[in-house]
Amino acid sequence: MTPTGRDHLIFRAREEMSCLALLEIRGLCKSFAHVVANADVYLDVEAGTTHAILGENGAGKSTLIKMISGLYRPDSGEIALDGAVQHFASPRDAILAGIGVVHQHFMLIPAMTVAENIVLGTERQRDAATPRQSRLLFNRKRAAVSVQELSESLGLPIDPWAKVETLSVGMQQRVEIVKALYRRARVLILDEPTAVLTPQETEELFAVIRKLNQDGIPVIFISHKLDEVRAVASTVTVMRAGKTVRTAPVADATAAQLANWMVGRDVILQSRKEEVAVGDSVLEVKNLRASDDRKTEKVRGVSFSVRRGEIFGVAGIDGNGQTELVEAIVGLRKVNGGSVHLLDRDIGHMSVGERIARGIAYVPQDRQQDGLILSFSIAENLQLREVSKAPFSRRGWLTRAAARKRAQQLVEEFDVRPPVIDASAGSLSGGNQQKVILAREMSRNPELLVAVQPTRGLDVGAIEGIHRYLLQLRAEGRSILLVSLELDEILSLADRIGVMHAGEMVVVMDNQNVTRESLGLAMTGKWSEKEAIS
Amino acid sequence: MNFWMQIFANPELYAATLAMATPIALAAVGGTFSERTGVVNIAMEGIMLVGAFFGVMVAAATHSAWLGMFGGVIAGGLMALALAWPAIRLQSDQVIVGMALNVFAGGLTAFLLNTVYGYNGTPTSTPSLPIVTLPWISHIPFIGQVIGQHDVVVYLMFLFVILGHFTLFHTNLGLRMRAVGEHPEAAETVGISVVKIRYLGVTIGGMLSGLAGVYLSLGMLSSFEVNMTNGRGFIALAAMIFGKWTPFGAFGAALLFGFATALSIALQGSGVSANLVGILPYALTIVALTGLIGRSRPPAADGLPYVATK
Repeated sequence: MTPTGRDHLIFRAREEMSCLALLEIRGLCKSFAHVVANADVYLDVEAGTTHAILGENGAGKSTLIKMISGLYRPDSGEIALDGAVQHFASPRDAILAGIGVVHQHFMLIPAMTVAENIVLGTERQRDAATPRQSRLLFNRKRAAVSVQELSESLGLPIDPWAKVETLSVGMQQRVEIVKALYRRARVLILDEPTAVLTPQETEELFAVIRKLNQDGIPVIFISHKLDEVRAVASTVTVMRAGKTVRTAPVADATAAQLANWMVGRDVILQSRKEEVAVGDSVLEVKNLRASDDRKTEKVRGVSFSVRRGEIFGVAGIDGNGQTELVEAIVGLRKVNGGSVHLLDRDIGHMSVGERIARGIAYVPQDRQQDGLILSFSIAENLQLREVSKAPFSRRGWLTRAAARKRAQQLVEEFDVRPPVIDASAGSLSGGNQQKVILAREMSRNPELLVAVQPTRGLDVGAIEGIHRYLLQLRAEGRSILLVSLELDEILSLADRIGVMHAGEMVVVMDNQNVTRESLGLAMTGKWSEKEAIS
Repeated sequence: MNFWMQIFANPELYAATLAMATPIALAAVGGTFSERTGVVNIAMEGIMLVGAFFGVMVAAATHSAWLGMFGGVIAGGLMALALAWPAIRLQSDQVIVGMALNVFAGGLTAFLLNTVYGYNGTPTSTPSLPIVTLPWISHIPFIGQVIGQHDVVVYLMFLFVILGHFTLFHTNLGLRMRAVGEHPEAAETVGISVVKIRYLGVTIGGMLSGLAGVYLSLGMLSSFEVNMTNGRGFIALAAMIFGKWTPFGAFGAALLFGFATALSIALQGSGVSANLVGILPYALTIVALTGLIGRSRPPAADGLPYVATK
């Protein structure tokens, strides 16, 4: 019997076994240079279900997705669709086989229209759905019509003529989903789809996922958020350190169990906070106004204060003025109006250097871009901020020995691994890079620490460490302004929470009086004083 | 007053504008193709020079201006590949490679001119490209004098500007090119080969720049002189930016630069300092390159090497 004939028989046999396991992953392995990213990964995804893949950052979820979508080639193992083994040499092969992926960072072209984005790459195909599509000429109108028809039939209406850059993040995600289905995806993979969404948008996404399931399209839902997995998936596979450690029906697993499988040990899901006496206000922001680089006003009259011994959390959806607010406070952005006072002194028009001298420390959002000089050593990075002071220099000359001694102390105190002060900052893991920044900023005994997304992209262990340092600083009676997109982080650390929406601080509340729901409402601007009272 | 009337009412001025705009427009449209796919091309000056030289060399050897044109265009395409390979495969800094090519082209053509033809320069028997007279249009007063009679490359330029616009904005290939220049990862995930599209864009750009060079040597002079492009490649770069990376825009900007040049020629010996007017195209270039007139947005991935993951 010819091999193809045999495959065909197997295929038939599987078909008769009803629609079990549409997508099968058997023993997939992939390593890069020295790192094993995936080792022996197994996965069975059934038609019409949602299968969650749960794991920490760095557990190998992204590598797995990239292999399934044809971006990486596995070292060994098999990917099978409908029982037929697939060898994807490129994303094109995966698309043609029916794999649809919505990447965490959207693969959309902002300057192009929705229709152009969706049709891109398929314009030359001619089939039953697009019978008169030309191989050579691109017809905008025809593309728009076919996109509109599809999106409406799916119950996901979108305006095909809109430029993608004008759409909200939730809408862009919808464009990505329609884009995958336009290519007749038989399996839809969503990589961390809720990371950028509001709680309300997340609910809408879940509704879409359930509808796709009803239409028989299985969804692979990648996440590191337990609640979401439990809300939307029927089956969950947990990944840890590149391996699939457990697959179970969601209904049979408790949150604590899932967390346990994910991390490999028991996790404390809440940070414990000491009681700290709150003192006078350290930072006073009044009616602050600031614009972004394109001169649109992003901070529109924000007022709040941060007191001694307090963590003030700023919550909000990305892009609602948090970045500009922070930059205006630390001096990186010009203030259009209003005032910033630090310890009763107006610092609103001081340079960054003067503000640092008065006690502002800053942990920027992008640690690799703005927080460190990656090609410099740990020791050099540690002395950057105060290089003109002892022990780092004297009369303009670097005092290397003293600076190295200081660096060694800090590396040990903050448990930077490996504790090699001559290693380049770029060679450290994300968590250790963040520790270097925290060591540099906290060792100056600042009056105010401004931290933006300090745990972004870190794993649970590293997050615990960073949170401990922040709480320690608070216990010493210092003030912290914490800006984060992670509600859990804000809820577990902050004493008071201010919510930003459309450049305004919609509400400031005590952490005790806050629920996730009320935060979600405030984040979308749907906040009224009435609800505050009730 | 009368004096200015005489200058501006003279159709010769506008005919010269077209002639001067032609090499700039061709190279600028070529550059648009390259940059729309995401490869910064500042090597147009050098590519034009190479196109100009090999155009003359092939024409002189074969006694056919048409074959010469063909040779110049091919040479331009090959020269562009010398930009494409390091820019695309080796992920080199595109500005540095482009600058190196400009220096290389200047040296190469000067060296070949000397070695192949010696002191006397390219042979005087080199045929030149034909001048075309449009049958009906050339009889229309004024307009006929402006556009009715030109070197064949001028009309080819019109063709390529229109074809360029059509390709970029009304074909599947154009959509893919623009996608690759805006967001190569997105293009790759929908199955478009970023590498192939970029090679194509850069090569098309090189061939058009080569044709621009051919026009200078075989069209205007039928000889080659050292560094005869005289900065036109950089003016084309400015025209491309001025034109916001669109063929029609590039053509419009090229007309502006062409007009400034034509005006400075027309003013020679008129009492107005021709040197002063001669500054115009270069001053405009500086204005364009510093983005003083309206910010134009380049393709988002312009100049960024694309590292394919495997």
